[in-house]
Amino acid sequence: MNFITVSGPPSSGKTSVIIKTIEAFQNRKHDVAVVKFDCLSTDDDKLYEKIGVPVKKGLSGALCPDHYFVSNVEEIVDWGLGLDVDILISESAGLCNRCSPYIKGIKAVCVVDNLSGINTPKKIGPMLKSADIIVITKGDIVSQAEREVFASRVNSVNPSAIILNVNGLTGQGAYELSTLLFDENVHINSLKGMELRFPMPAALCSYCLGETRIGEDYQMGNVRKIDLEK
Amino acid sequence: MNLDYIQNTKISELIKKYPFFLGFLENNNLKIENDLTIPELMDSYDEEYKEDNGISKEQIITQSLDYINQMLAFLGEGDDKVESITIKAGQHKDGSKETFGDIKILSGEIVSIVGPTGSGKSRLLADIEWVAQRDTPTNRQILLNDDIPDKKWRFSIEHKLVAQLSQNMNFVMDLSVYEFLELHAKSRMVENIEDIIIKILNQANNLAGEKFTLETPITSLSGGQSRALMIADTAILSKSPIVLIDEIENAGIDRKQALDLLLSEDKIVLMATHDPMLALIGNKRLVIKNGGIEKIILSTEKEREALKELEIMNDKLQTMRNRLRTGQTLSVS
Ligand SMILES: Nc1nc2c(ncn2[C@@H]2O[C@H](COP(=O)(O)OP(=O)(O)O)[C@@H](O)[C@H]2O)c(=O)[nH]1
Ligand SMILES: Nc1ncnc2c1ncn2[C@@H]1O[C@H](COP(=O)(O)OP(=O)(O)O)[C@@H](O)[C@H]1O
Ligand SMILES: [Mg+2]
Ligand SMILES: [Mg+2]
Repeated sequence: MNFITVSGPPSSGKTSVIIKTIEAFQNRKHDVAVVKFDCLSTDDDKLYEKIGVPVKKGLSGALCPDHYFVSNVEEIVDWGLGLDVDILISESAGLCNRCSPYIKGIKAVCVVDNLSGINTPKKIGPMLKSADIIVITKGDIVSQAEREVFASRVNSVNPSAIILNVNGLTGQGAYELSTLLFDENVHINSLKGMELRFPMPAALCSYCLGETRIGEDYQMGNVRKIDLEK
Repeated sequence: MNLDYIQNTKISELIKKYPFFLGFLENNNLKIENDLTIPELMDSYDEEYKEDNGISKEQIITQSLDYINQMLAFLGEGDDKVESITIKAGQHKDGSKETFGDIKILSGEIVSIVGPTGSGKSRLLADIEWVAQRDTPTNRQILLNDDIPDKKWRFSIEHKLVAQLSQNMNFVMDLSVYEFLELHAKSRMVENIEDIIIKILNQANNLAGEKFTLETPITSLSGGQSRALMIADTAILSKSPIVLIDEIENAGIDRKQALDLLLSEDKIVLMATHDPMLALIGNKRLVIKNGGIEKIILSTEKEREALKELEIMNDKLQTMRNRLRTGQTLSVS
């Protein structure tokens, strides 16, 4: 089984791109399953069901959805193996740009869109910087010049990645993406012993643990203060 | 350029030799510490800063090398002009072979692509953009300059084979025309930025009905002005040798002149359109059916005459539009 992790900011086009890519896989008779991670709710699972792929959703509730992902990824992979699919795809919540739980040795895709502005690439952390493939969407509604400038900014932040334009509405580019994602020589049998590409943010302040009161007296653990002198 | 060099050279030296490297440092939120090497710079940050910015020493070193090498390749090009593309026949949706053999399109040519929705027009354009090597559903192969193309045409963002123009495209940045063109010119690494900006403005104003200036915010341009600026900018600043045009309808620009501008910059123009005025400007028409190229129609003498007639009608229409615009009354002769 191939395992592919897809991340990206909210509404960047992750679901649209994954669906168009799955259609290209289905045309080539590959079986696909999807896991969608989110915080409180998601309707993406219904969209995946509509195209006939097995789907699970993982809602992290009060936890960080990316931490939640890592804590559950092994079980997810076992689920995919149990279904005997050729490809398992995970879609992240895409809530914070700080991190994305990419795993060493597992293909990592980051989806960003042309509408997000040319300064966005440098604000996105490891999610963009350590991805193998960067998909840029919504090129159909901006000018050629804006597409070129945006792509060159993305490239300067992660020159090692393959950058691909995909139209999430028409699927233009999705077939091409599918050929980069699937490798018949890859067989993921377990995630045991694998490592994250980049450490997650060190959380665990008192607010992570349910504190609601504001003020220095209630702050424990990993607290960092804003520098108002700068 | 190798890893050794990157690791042992001061940043000031790197920037002096490769001015574009500054952009890499800035976009990765790195300080410009002239006296340090890249590894020393990375050692000067604490772990927290590196984690917050999603950077690590090894990654920045290898990516610096990747970036400089990519940019050098991009700047050093010039002799790899695309003078022709060749489409080698593949198959229809039902698996039957396309019958045309090869189609060769030369730079400076306009080819229109016609066929009903779902017939495979976009797939053909995508085959070209992806420089298909019998690895797409159509099984077609694309050659550049009669040869199997270099991989860079598929993967390098600096060597995009195809630029696209379509009716739905808008400007979304909050910039003036000048700032916008400057930004684009810088990302294309052109040298004489001021001259290029003026050239694009003049060409765009030739195409658009109403003139605009360098101070105009791009988001407040009219539909016609936006289209005109996009076309002039693509013709002059975009390095892509092929321009795909998806249905540019009556949008208040001189379309014939727009195509002439693209051709004068030695572009290959591919146009998906059912507008007779545009379709007949092409030297060739590819008729798409059931996923394959069914027929190649070369424009005939008769069609060219029809085109002349259409152009006269179009001129009349244009004159009437202009009269309306300037507050005059219309008279039919
Ligand atoms: N115009 C345009 N819209 C797109 C494109 N890709 C996605 N969208 C739209 O953007 C919105 C968010 O897409 P979605 O796939 O749900 O994003 P996600 O939150 O990252 O999964 C939807 O309304 C999509 O239809 C694209 O390439 N072009
Ligand atoms: N030769 C072919 N073999 C298999 N599938 C094809 C072929 N040509 C086109 N298709 C598929 O048919 C669908 C419709 O084609 P598309 O190019 O979008 O049509 P159009 O742009 O003319 O409306 C797409 O999913 C495309 O991948
Ligand atoms: Mg989604
Ligand atoms: Mg189409």
